[in-house]
Amino acid sequence: MSTAAQEFLRKAVIKSADLEHRATIQRAVTSYDAAVAKGKLRFADWEAARTLCAAIKADAIANLAQYLTEFEQHVTSRGGHVHWAENAEQANDYVVEVAKARNVKTVVKSKSMVTEEIHLAAALQKIGVTVWETDLGEFIVQLRNEPPYHIVTPAMHLSRYQIADLFRDKLGENVEDADPVRLVAAARVALRRAFFSAEMGISGANFLVADSGMVAISTNEGNGRLTTSIPRIHVVVTGIEKIIPRMSDLAALWPVLATSGTGQPITTYSTLVRGPRTASEPDGPEEFHVVLVDNGRTGLLANPETEEVLKCIRCGACLNICPIFKQVGGHTYGTIYPGPIGSIYTPRTAGLSEWGHLSYACSLCTACKGVCPVKIDLPKQLLGTRRDFIAAGNVKPAERVGFAAFRWAAADPARFRLLAWMGRKALAAVNALGLSGTALDPMRVWTKYRSPMTLPKQSFREWWRENGNK
Amino acid sequence: MNRKVALFVPCFIDQALPQAAIDTVTVLRRVGWDVIFPEDQTCCGQPGFNTGHWETALPCAERFVRVFSDYEYIVCPSGSCTSMVRKHYPELLASSPSHDEAVAVGKRVYEFAEFLVRIAGVTDVGASFPHSVAYHPSCHATRELGIYAEPLELLRAVRDIDLRPLPNEAECCGFGGMFSTKFGMISAAMGDTKAVNIELSGAEFVTAIDPSCLMHLSGVFGATGRKSKTIYLAGVLASSSAATAGARE
Repeated sequence: MSTAAQEFLRKAVIKSADLEHRATIQRAVTSYDAAVAKGKLRFADWEAARTLCAAIKADAIANLAQYLTEFEQHVTSRGGHVHWAENAEQANDYVVEVAKARNVKTVVKSKSMVTEEIHLAAALQKIGVTVWETDLGEFIVQLRNEPPYHIVTPAMHLSRYQIADLFRDKLGENVEDADPVRLVAAARVALRRAFFSAEMGISGANFLVADSGMVAISTNEGNGRLTTSIPRIHVVVTGIEKIIPRMSDLAALWPVLATSGTGQPITTYSTLVRGPRTASEPDGPEEFHVVLVDNGRTGLLANPETEEVLKCIRCGACLNICPIFKQVGGHTYGTIYPGPIGSIYTPRTAGLSEWGHLSYACSLCTACKGVCPVKIDLPKQLLGTRRDFIAAGNVKPAERVGFAAFRWAAADPARFRLLAWMGRKALAAVNALGLSGTALDPMRVWTKYRSPMTLPKQSFREWWRENGNK
Repeated sequence: MNRKVALFVPCFIDQALPQAAIDTVTVLRRVGWDVIFPEDQTCCGQPGFNTGHWETALPCAERFVRVFSDYEYIVCPSGSCTSMVRKHYPELLASSPSHDEAVAVGKRVYEFAEFLVRIAGVTDVGASFPHSVAYHPSCHATRELGIYAEPLELLRAVRDIDLRPLPNEAECCGFGGMFSTKFGMISAAMGDTKAVNIELSGAEFVTAIDPSCLMHLSGVFGATGRKSKTIYLAGVLASSSAATAGARE
């Protein structure tokens, strides 16, 4: 078992039994569910909107190189810089070099999962740059020294009381009754100072528009606008799969992303930026960089079976519906992207042997498939990941023997009958000896969490031989 | 002359939960169908397919197709195993010589409730079950096969039944095949979440069209001291008095 798999099991045992955590997530997801159900009603035809978004993203992925080149040409023609990074190191090195060359001391960041993926903040901190997360949720988890819990709602796992305690300890702010309005005000004071002292703003991108070279950013707090307009340097760090062909595609994608993400008709701030400040513009950055990150994405693209994974618009809907996510929470996965999409994305991009166990942390309930706004067949992807994980030799000896025996027995009804009969007799003996649930119980994997099964005296096929033709 | 169905009994039902299949036979015969059990069947291959062991799943699937190729109606007391044959064989057998036959057989495999309502055209099987019951719509039956209304129609026609709505009914019970043993702690927590909702429904029994979900839930109830009871749909439909229901738990 890989280190990551052991760690997952260790944390899963703790979280699965944490009823307070279960209640917190249940509360958050219940209000999300209600908002999304209402949000979908704003569409004349939600299914048609999904189909359209799936088609737009499929086209973008099928013609990825062409659209990215088109995007690059638009950006560079306006004096922006585009850097293609094959991996995390190349992306971080580029941003670090820009920061060093311009003597950057302070960076403000708006929410971006790609910068989490490549650990950009740590790379900047290493050269002495102060990095401020400006999305409220990200700001909170940064103060806690934690990665985001969820890709859309990074602090989903925390109550306002926990946040009030955190602000008292880390910001020296005493917020009475953990009042949410006052908590936001306290964070705002700290963040406004950061915005006006930062020389560099780093954002992600929700979409890169090929036909106009625009970067589309969705936020709910306005921090995206401040990040991209106040500091004199703006760096966009994003994955290559964020490209979409046309500006008009945003008419479908923006509302669908917001509805799937939070139930909103569109996020409060929907920002489009396209380059450095021009002579006629009163504000905006003097410098504009876009870092296009691959970091394993072209590996997904090269396999026709997995390329659809790149359609993902990171709305978080598959996390919110996932009954496993609801039990173990975002941090248990040990990945940047948790939940169903992360359990496909991580093994496929960061190593099948190390991360393949995540594809099994799923009951195949298929609920995620029904909510994905770009119609990724997540259950099929999870099954394909499992198949490739086994084919690559990642199987425990006991499981290998078990399946070999099963294959032998299932090939012949007489053998099947015999092996099953022996199994039932052995289990009956275990139960009769009172060993059920103990370390000597071969069914321990079952009985550790459940009462022992009552074994029937006869199998169905035995019953049928005696009674079937009566 | 009665029409004929071939019974497809999933391996774990055969060995661990035979009463589910026996009740299925009882109900099918009661509504006028002859039942045969092709004894050459073993397993549909779902355990191997779902755990990545396609080398184990493939021969199981090929055997299934061979054994059942001559039957017009194949009935299965499990939504999940029905879905394996109908929805997943085409992919598993993509490069097998049995592929076309598998697609054809898949169209003739029916989950038990689906068969009764859509093919046999029966909703009232003459059952009586004087208990409160919540229906758990199991995942593969509901989301992969679109079977939801049929079992509820059958339950509504049962005499003296008190059918209760189940809060958050669409969420998985946590069984998930080998998931239940690979990640027992998560599986049991999901089962416990379902158990809370079953208690909220106020129902004495939870029923479903997948005996595997019920086997798992029953184990979770037992381990946590909950009073709820499980009964497979055919068990409800085969009942004609309170006494027989008790015997089937």
